[in-house]
Amino acid sequence: MASHYEAPIREPLVTGEKSYHDVTVDIAAPVEGRANKLWWIAFSIALVAFLWGIGCIIYTVSTGIGVWGLNKTIGWAWDITNFVWWVGIGHAGTLISAVLLLFRQKWRMAVNRSAEAMTIFSVVQAGLFPIIHMGRPWLAYWVLPIPNQFGSLWVNFNSPLLWDVFAISTYLSVSLVFWWTGLLPDFAMLRDRAVKPFQKKIYSLLSFGWTGRAKDWQRFEEVSLVLAGLATPLVLSVHTIVSFDFATSVVAGWHSTIYPPYFVAGAIFSGFAMVLTLLIIMRKVSNLEAYITRVHIEYMNKVILLTGGVVSVAYITEFFIAWYSGTNYEDYTYLSIGAATGPYWWAFWALIICNFIVPQTLWVKKLRRNFTWSFIVSIIINIGMWFERFDIIVINLSKGHLPSSWSMFSPTFVDVGIYLGTIGFFFVLFLLYARTFPVIAQAEIKTILKSSGERYKRMRDVEGKSIAGAAADPRTSNYSGTNTNSSDQATK
Amino acid sequence: MYTFSNRLRITSFILMIVGVLGIGYGFLSAPSTIEEAKAIVASTQAHHAGGHEQAHDSAAHHENTTAQTDAHADDHAAHDAHTLSKLQNRPWSAFLIAAFFFFMLSVGALVFYAVQHVAQAGWSPVLFRIMEGVTAYLVPGAIILYVFYVLTAGFHMNHMYIWMDSDIMAADKILQLKSGYLNIPFFLIRSLLFLGGWCFYRYYVVKQSRLQDEAEDYTPYKKIFKSSVFFLLFFFVTESVMAWDWFMGLEPHWYSTLFAWYIFASMFVSGVTVIAMVLVYLKSKGLVDFVNDSHLHDLGKYIFGLSIFWSYLWFGQFMLIWYANIPEESAYFMTRVEHYGIVFFGMLVLNFVFPFLMLMNTDFKRRGWFIIMTGVVVLIGHYMDVFQWVMPSTVGELWSFGIPEISSVLFFLGLFIFVTFNAIAKMPSLLEKRNPLIEESKHFHY
Repeated sequence: MASHYEAPIREPLVTGEKSYHDVTVDIAAPVEGRANKLWWIAFSIALVAFLWGIGCIIYTVSTGIGVWGLNKTIGWAWDITNFVWWVGIGHAGTLISAVLLLFRQKWRMAVNRSAEAMTIFSVVQAGLFPIIHMGRPWLAYWVLPIPNQFGSLWVNFNSPLLWDVFAISTYLSVSLVFWWTGLLPDFAMLRDRAVKPFQKKIYSLLSFGWTGRAKDWQRFEEVSLVLAGLATPLVLSVHTIVSFDFATSVVAGWHSTIYPPYFVAGAIFSGFAMVLTLLIIMRKVSNLEAYITRVHIEYMNKVILLTGGVVSVAYITEFFIAWYSGTNYEDYTYLSIGAATGPYWWAFWALIICNFIVPQTLWVKKLRRNFTWSFIVSIIINIGMWFERFDIIVINLSKGHLPSSWSMFSPTFVDVGIYLGTIGFFFVLFLLYARTFPVIAQAEIKTILKSSGERYKRMRDVEGKSIAGAAADPRTSNYSGTNTNSSDQATK
Repeated sequence: MYTFSNRLRITSFILMIVGVLGIGYGFLSAPSTIEEAKAIVASTQAHHAGGHEQAHDSAAHHENTTAQTDAHADDHAAHDAHTLSKLQNRPWSAFLIAAFFFFMLSVGALVFYAVQHVAQAGWSPVLFRIMEGVTAYLVPGAIILYVFYVLTAGFHMNHMYIWMDSDIMAADKILQLKSGYLNIPFFLIRSLLFLGGWCFYRYYVVKQSRLQDEAEDYTPYKKIFKSSVFFLLFFFVTESVMAWDWFMGLEPHWYSTLFAWYIFASMFVSGVTVIAMVLVYLKSKGLVDFVNDSHLHDLGKYIFGLSIFWSYLWFGQFMLIWYANIPEESAYFMTRVEHYGIVFFGMLVLNFVFPFLMLMNTDFKRRGWFIIMTGVVVLIGHYMDVFQWVMPSTVGELWSFGIPEISSVLFFLGLFIFVTFNAIAKMPSLLEKRNPLIEESKHFHY
């Protein structure tokens, strides 16, 4: 890590002739500029969807859960499907910022900021569902173990739904702190560049007086590493606990020990798909093509391929063990012949096609390096992973132990409306973020510029020149750095 | 260049000879008639009256609760026959546990090796030759295990897998449902397929790795990369099959979807631990000066992280089955908790608490003796893990840890040391020459 040496076979992570200053300018540009028409259109659509969602939520809470399509057999459907879906999407952010940091993956630096923002915004969406799917959401504070006037009536710590409360709230807080810590140097950069007093004031507040001293940087690095070390088990345990909501039960199809790691793998799978969806657009509209390059897309596709493979092996395992168990209740679970041919056959095949078949095309190098195809696949995976959760929840509930309770589920417009509302809310937040936050961690990009920037790799590997001083800005430095070799200078 | 030291060679031979004698003794002292079996049970009970009395009590208690449904509890003849077959299983089980334990060290190392290639890791290429050395045990280990399974399944020389017994199969409706999967020819074909596949990959990459040393371009390197990707794909599927066949099949009424991944975690962490320990040994001889303490630090982090990963999967499986407490699933843990408490919960201390505390500190992870010390504990812990996959299902409450178990470990330890260091001694050099990442790896500092 210490040296700038990097093997020539590695592809550059920053393309073009970028200097440190260019990095700053490119990343600050969307924040310092004005929103264009396209942004306003997108924002308006998202806002309308959000407001519609709020309307549906108010309608649900004031009228009753009966306005949803749930019935006595299927007491969880779109609510928890969307909850798990959103939590899952949020996992890629922490994976990129924490796990890839532990594995010293330099390519994460261009994508971590947006991935973390995505985490936080999607966990916020997820957090809505545990509240609004309650029959009496105004008593939601009862889930907290606070001393009270009912003779200190306490919560039961045996329920995974309570663990969810702790998991999600811890996850949101830690992700937020991790994200904000990383933002300090970048906010400071915006603060220092701001010319309008109001912006200066705002970014001064946000950057907590960051001055970038050596000691600050040293502690910054240590904190990042410790937080990454804590966030990694956290991210695994959060979705594990979400999976416990199902796996601790005795419902056939839900009670399966593979759920913890399999849900986590699915979360990374869907989360990376969402990161791809967002970043393929963002690199274009925010002119960040030099930082979020084709190779970034390829690496993310590889992670998708890997986690998609893990999920697929889990599907095969579920299918096999359902047969192997010899229990005939397992005949109707979400991965069984009964599901493939039963009334929810379309949901079963949507899952297989979207999660298993289509992502396999990423084995082809041309396709996984293709922006359009990656974008399409990422959308398909998002749909497929929604169906995975829907299948797990609804198919398994629809045909339980007692045939007299068998039932079907169909959503009402309120179910759909709330889901659309969360998508709207997510994009409202994300679009605001994209215009006010530095969407790439410029401080981090600058640390890899000389080792992994295209220009410097070329100077070093092909031309065999020294890169010392090569990133200096000619306007502020009299060091003419570029294309000079220290030995050349000595002879001059 | 490593020369196999005479001292180590002699040590490995002594271990193997002592091991063989002990294994032989284990088989000879196993009872062949019901009378002998009864005598053994009686003498062990007399021997440690205190401890076993208690175990017996809880066993009796357990039987009382299930007595109504369990008709054969009253059937003394069947009970005696059962006792006999359990005692006869003991030397076989002891053999399988040790044989698989040392085999999984090389498989775990092989997977790690493949992962390092696929991930294009910049830190680890200086360790590739050591990994190749550790994986040299793969082929002899696979042959021994395959012979073991041919004797078990093809020749019915023990009663470890009850579904292989046609009388039991005829009487058991649940097992009949599974006979499409649990049948002897298919079982042996599957084992041959995955053992063969893993050995072939190992043969192929090591060959390409030697070719790369002499090559003018990166063709062999690219071949290693590609084959590693496909090996990992193949391994991930076949490892599940292996776990179902060899270990879940010991208790064919029981099933758990997580089981195969849990087994893998044990294999993986043990494999990395052995790589680190062999590295520390070679480093102490001054043979791998291109490896610095940052490399050791990284291996230490893997041992640390994978130990936690193992614990996560252990907990996931145990807690979910404990929580739902569905009888057909929790029966598996009943035996383990009641009769193997010390092994079952003790291994958590060795596999989780100990490495967690020891390897948390950065400075500790960079010390060779610390890695050796933690590594020994982790390996003992994972031996206990393998022990409790096998013993409770085959020997049940009549288990003990004595000559058959220790000798099997000694034999395979000797064989493992011999094969590994023999392979390292035969290597042209301990450092790859033309790996495209080798320079990065040599200059690696963390």
